[in-house]
Amino acid sequence: MLQAYASPLERTWFYAHRVIAGLILLFLILPILVIVPLSFNSDSFLMYPMAGASLRWYEEIIGSDVWRNALLNSLIVSPAATLLAVVLGTLASIGLVRSDFPGKALLTAILISPMVVPVVIVGVAMYLFFAPLGLAGSYTGLILAHAVLGVPFVITTVTATLQGFDYNLVRAAASLGANPVLTFFRVTLPLVAPGIVSGGLFAFATSFDEVVVTLFLASPGQATLPRQMFAGIRENISPAIAAVATILIVLSTLMLLTLEWLRRRSEKLRTGKSR
Amino acid sequence: MTATTLTASDAAAAPDERTLPLKTRLQRAERRKKLLHLALIAPLAVFLLLTFLWPIGALLKRSVDNPEVVGGLPATAAALAHWNGQGLPPASALAVFVKEMEGARGSTELASAAKRLNTEMTGYRSLIMKTARSLPLPDGSNLQEGLAAIDPRWGETRTWQVMARAGQPYTSYYLLAALDHAVDADGAIVAATEDQAIYLDVLGRTFWMSLVVTLCCLVLGFPLAYLLTSLPTRSSNLLMILVLLPFWTSILVRVASWIVLLQSGGLVNQALQALGLIDEPLQLVFNRLGVYIAMTHILLPFMILPLYSVMKGISPIYLRAAQSLGCPPFQSFWKVYFPQTLPGVFAGSLLVFILSMGYYITPALLGGPQEQMASYFIAFYTNETINWGMAAALSTVLLGATLLLYVVYSRYAGQGRNAAKAR
Amino acid sequence: MHALKTIALAVCGILSCSSAMASELTLISFGGTNQKAQDKAFYQPFMKTSGNKILPGEYNGEQARVKAMVEARKVTWDVVEVESPELARGCEEGLYEKLDYSKIGGKDEFIGKAVTDCGIGFFVWSTLLAYNADKLKAAPASWADFWDLKKFPGKRGMRKGAKFTLEIALLADGVKPDQVYKLLATKEGTDRAFKKLDQIKGSIQWWEAGAQPPQMLAAGDVVMSSAYNGRIATAQKEGKNLKMVWGGNIYDVESYAIPKGAPNRDLAYKYLQFSSKAENQQVFSGEIPYGPTNLKAAKGMPAQIAAELPTSAANIASALPSNTQFWVEHGEELEQRFNSWAAK
Repeated sequence: MLQAYASPLERTWFYAHRVIAGLILLFLILPILVIVPLSFNSDSFLMYPMAGASLRWYEEIIGSDVWRNALLNSLIVSPAATLLAVVLGTLASIGLVRSDFPGKALLTAILISPMVVPVVIVGVAMYLFFAPLGLAGSYTGLILAHAVLGVPFVITTVTATLQGFDYNLVRAAASLGANPVLTFFRVTLPLVAPGIVSGGLFAFATSFDEVVVTLFLASPGQATLPRQMFAGIRENISPAIAAVATILIVLSTLMLLTLEWLRRRSEKLRTGKSR
Repeated sequence: MTATTLTASDAAAAPDERTLPLKTRLQRAERRKKLLHLALIAPLAVFLLLTFLWPIGALLKRSVDNPEVVGGLPATAAALAHWNGQGLPPASALAVFVKEMEGARGSTELASAAKRLNTEMTGYRSLIMKTARSLPLPDGSNLQEGLAAIDPRWGETRTWQVMARAGQPYTSYYLLAALDHAVDADGAIVAATEDQAIYLDVLGRTFWMSLVVTLCCLVLGFPLAYLLTSLPTRSSNLLMILVLLPFWTSILVRVASWIVLLQSGGLVNQALQALGLIDEPLQLVFNRLGVYIAMTHILLPFMILPLYSVMKGISPIYLRAAQSLGCPPFQSFWKVYFPQTLPGVFAGSLLVFILSMGYYITPALLGGPQEQMASYFIAFYTNETINWGMAAALSTVLLGATLLLYVVYSRYAGQGRNAAKAR
Repeated sequence: MHALKTIALAVCGILSCSSAMASELTLISFGGTNQKAQDKAFYQPFMKTSGNKILPGEYNGEQARVKAMVEARKVTWDVVEVESPELARGCEEGLYEKLDYSKIGGKDEFIGKAVTDCGIGFFVWSTLLAYNADKLKAAPASWADFWDLKKFPGKRGMRKGAKFTLEIALLADGVKPDQVYKLLATKEGTDRAFKKLDQIKGSIQWWEAGAQPPQMLAAGDVVMSSAYNGRIATAQKEGKNLKMVWGGNIYDVESYAIPKGAPNRDLAYKYLQFSSKAENQQVFSGEIPYGPTNLKAAKGMPAQIAAELPTSAANIASALPSNTQFWVEHGEELEQRFNSWAAK
């Protein structure tokens, strides 16, 4: 806030800071603003100025086997990987938050390590390990790999939610005669659900955007949307890429809005509780 | 497993439960709970062990594995292990070699052994193939002369030294090569020649580029995070969405956009030309600058988010107190506010730095050969030349460097944090 | 919970679907216009006449995938398009089937370079100098002009890798085509090639995929580039004013191979036989001007198409045939040196 008694220098600085921050925001958002209009370009160059408006690139994507298969593959791999990551990650988070044992910090670090190990190393390691098992070039291998990459996000968000979770509620449920399973589904789960869902969304986004590990593990039969985009950017930059990009931007905006809504909802639940 | 054994033993123990003292019963309950929690963690731990830790361990082990020659010419490798490395191997070893080569002719194992030998000495592949084709030697001929007649290289000590070295089950060859070193004929470790040396440069470049990107992110991220904390919630939430939207957008989408913006006929060049600032389009992409711009863009949210969460927790009262005590605004910002943001600065920088160390996609799509970082060469050796030992060695070096950095940094950052608290 | 079960079922359904498709022929080739031409000349008519489905895929020549599949004995590819040195290496290491030529039509049907133990060449392609005639005032005539930064200012595109780059450097330095590989096999020869490359290093923009050079030329990012003749010809058809210089072109054979343990070996042979037929290769050359390997195909070719092929008498006269054995032998060392040189 700018105080009423601010000196001219402070005033200048205040506005300069706003302008600088505005420019940084522009830097962040500009690439997204730039690519969307190009997807409606009528000519076949990914370049401004545009020749005219048309939907031909969307038609091309929808009509093309390659892109349709890529989308289908992404829609098989990402949800399955997310499911696996969420189930395993949530169980482990519950165990981690509620227990205390020597080496817990180390174990947590290991469970989160897929996030910091350079992803090329993960890709090569899994590729060389999965190939003799016949899992390279299969959906199973790809799903397992994407689940590994999604797990750290589930763990971090779910443990964070659980840490703010009031265990008296579980005790209350138990004292009222509910068995642990019932307590979990009726009390714990609804309260930590926002954390699980946002962890799941992160895991989904990670998988949906994953290229490097996919480059190693996927055969042409399992090429996902990002994998196909990678080939497209490298070999054939056309507005079709922009059209796929626009679809992905719409999707990520939807995910972001869902997250924001979840955050507000859980905030409401919490503040409601304290009243 | 643990869960089922637990219930079984519980059932057996149940009758005398009541007779036990309370303390023991509590301990038991505690232990049961602990086991239950471990059982909850176990599935994930096992899953990661099988799909992540084990593969990585196996990869790291490959950097010292040396199976090709041992697999292709096992008896020869064993015979050469006893040779002292002087002159030529004894006739008995040569006989083993000749016999084994005759039997292995045309086998795929021999081809892999030849390929492995070729990495240490160019020409070894054709030497092996040619020799296998020319055998057997005429009856009763001298082995040494016979081999030398096929190719004079069999009469050189170096040829045999290379095979003896490559015939050991473990090798330091790949790890040394990943650090631009090699073992010479006398067994001494020497630096690689200028025209073959590359990886120390690449490693240094990986560090340097990560550092530049981290600093760029810090310089851009700090003012923005500060603005977000100082605005009223409603508008800061709105701006936060602008930060998060690129964060959620596919990296490939952003790379494609940067190409559109930065290519020689791209928007930035068009704008600069329209403003009359430049006559010829600037080279902004497919070079270092383009990689820096795109990497900074991609990693900036990873800097802003930790900074924001730390700044959010700093009470503005301190700053006001300093100012009301007569401290000039810039000084009070620097001396009072900034030190409190250090944990965020450290966390954000560490995250950005570690993530950039492993970058592959952005340099591959937006850079030239001078911009490729360690990851590129790992992928190169895995896919293009199928030299998996080299890929593993480079992985070991990169992972080692990352971990080392993490440890050193967290120690230093820990001190920084304590210092900040002490103030 | 019910929803989860449904998803799980759906996923399993898809997984078993993919294994049930075993009767399809999985055919991996280099992508882009080359693949499109194969589709028109081979895939579509083959599917029509044989009633079998072809599942096309693309890759960038990485043999790691083939090696991993063969070693795991879980091969899912039936036919792969391979470049010559990779084919020779893969054949030695047992990645590919040794071909039974009686099933394809006999060795005598084809040009000599197309017949190898594990692969059957199905077209001849060329790497040559291409330029954008709209951007250059004068026309370059040889690789020596490629090095002339004064007369032809601007960036040049070259394939990122030692193969062909080193040959081109020596050709530009005035080495006769038949001396190139003899020289490259010596330390002085490679030193000379790298020294020559140093002269224009700052002006080179590297490319990796064959589709890139025509794009870089059309967009004006480079004024000339080494390129595959077929890709440039396709861009010409689309109305781009790109020109080719055949002097000092380097040609090689591209082959089909069957990975060892391919699930549909018999069908793969049928496909090889089909794609080796003269009439089908003629259709292919009409789609993209790469030369046929079937000796009969060259005879019936319309003159207009024939003149554009790497195999035409005029084009082959000044050409350098790529030396497979040289690259099998020296590839690793020279690629390493190239990487080290390019990264500095």
